[in-house]
Amino acid sequence: MTLRISLGILLTLVIVAAIGFPISASPQHWYEFPLIPGLEEKARLIFFHVPTAWLSVMAFCTSMFYGILYLRRRDPMDDISSSVAAGLGFLFCILATVTGAIWAKFNWGSFWNWDPRETSIFVLLLIYGAYFSLRSAVDVEEKRATLSSVYSIIAAVTVPFFIFIMPRIMTGLHPGAKGDPDGAGPVVEFKMSPNMRVVFFASLIGFTLLFIWMFRLRVRAARLEYFEHAKG
Amino acid sequence: MTAANTPLLRWLRATGAVFMKDWRSELRTRYAISALVMFVITTISIILFALGGEGASPEVLSGMLWVVIFFAAMSGLARTFVMEEERGTAMMLQLTTAPSAVFAGKLLFNLVLGAGLTVLTVVLYLIFISGFTVKTYSIFLGAITLGSIGLAAASTIIAAIIARANTKGTLYPVLSFPILLPLLMTVISATRLAADGMPFSEALGEFQILISYIVVVVTTSVLLFEYIWKD
Repeated sequence: MTLRISLGILLTLVIVAAIGFPISASPQHWYEFPLIPGLEEKARLIFFHVPTAWLSVMAFCTSMFYGILYLRRRDPMDDISSSVAAGLGFLFCILATVTGAIWAKFNWGSFWNWDPRETSIFVLLLIYGAYFSLRSAVDVEEKRATLSSVYSIIAAVTVPFFIFIMPRIMTGLHPGAKGDPDGAGPVVEFKMSPNMRVVFFASLIGFTLLFIWMFRLRVRAARLEYFEHAKG
Repeated sequence: MTAANTPLLRWLRATGAVFMKDWRSELRTRYAISALVMFVITTISIILFALGGEGASPEVLSGMLWVVIFFAAMSGLARTFVMEEERGTAMMLQLTTAPSAVFAGKLLFNLVLGAGLTVLTVVLYLIFISGFTVKTYSIFLGAITLGSIGLAAASTIIAAIIARANTKGTLYPVLSFPILLPLLMTVISATRLAADGMPFSEALGEFQILISYIVVVVTTSVLLFEYIWKD
């Protein structure tokens, strides 16, 4: 309950600040964001797009964590948690892709241009599409849980090749790619003013809490369904 | 304890036995080999018809080479595990042989099959696709060697999953593609460098990625195979 209320307040504040605060060329007040040449109003995307991607990575890590737990303990509850986390990750992965593509249309000129980051998020979508088709192909519960856990672990070990290595050897438009004057790498040093930084990190914390809330809610629902099913 | 009975030697013998068993039964039926050969010939002729005498740039053609190899591998490399489930011999193998030896034997079999497939495709491709010429052979050889090893490594563990899922071939490319994509992208970029005649040092980054990919995939496969294999 407290989680839900504090989450509501925090995300409301983040949304109001991120969308409502004016952007001016020479900030006078604490609430004014500085103008970034070439980005202008489009800079606001960072408050939503990056936390969405962050949430989906977090969800995939959670899914893999419960997958490993399942292989160790063989507890069906771990499999439920794993698939619920993968589902949330998939949802937010789609959101990150769509927000990024719309932004790319207005800033880079086309919805999609196979930038390394775009390629890696595309592969994430493919992996989890494959994960869910594997789950739906197997009828036996334990077998489904084992095979999908193993698949998610194998997929997870190949993801670093996209996130850490590909952007370094391929040139791209996204921050952190080869050719970026601020250096290539997965961790991007954003040139943000202190007030933007506060909103950005508040948004990150808000999305993390959002994940915890949604995850707990859906795990509870999935468990109820499981026990209902088990009763007959 | 005599030298012949150390655990390592016993494991090596079991691995060799699994490999030889698969090899012999393959030579008797020639199921996977004929499927692979026909697939490669069909695909290359489709490319020839599609080009229709028009030349394509070496960049496009070096990507196309790996499209042929990828789909040919998808048509043949799942066979080694699917066969065990179809004939009902998986249970016997589980009882008599250590899981790691089974995996190593199957991996070895797929490595041989994958190498044969790659060599065949590359030879036919070099003969028939006239627009594709390799200028730096050292890069090209490295790319096809590491590429076929990585392809066999990743497709063996996915084949084990597929055989268990009872879906036969339909899911195989779907599950394999995201896992193989880092490998394919790197190997295509190395092949392009070879077609462009770049010096060997240009492709060192690609080779590092390929080698680390193979190491990572084989290690995780060995660790996870037991969970898939045992009921």
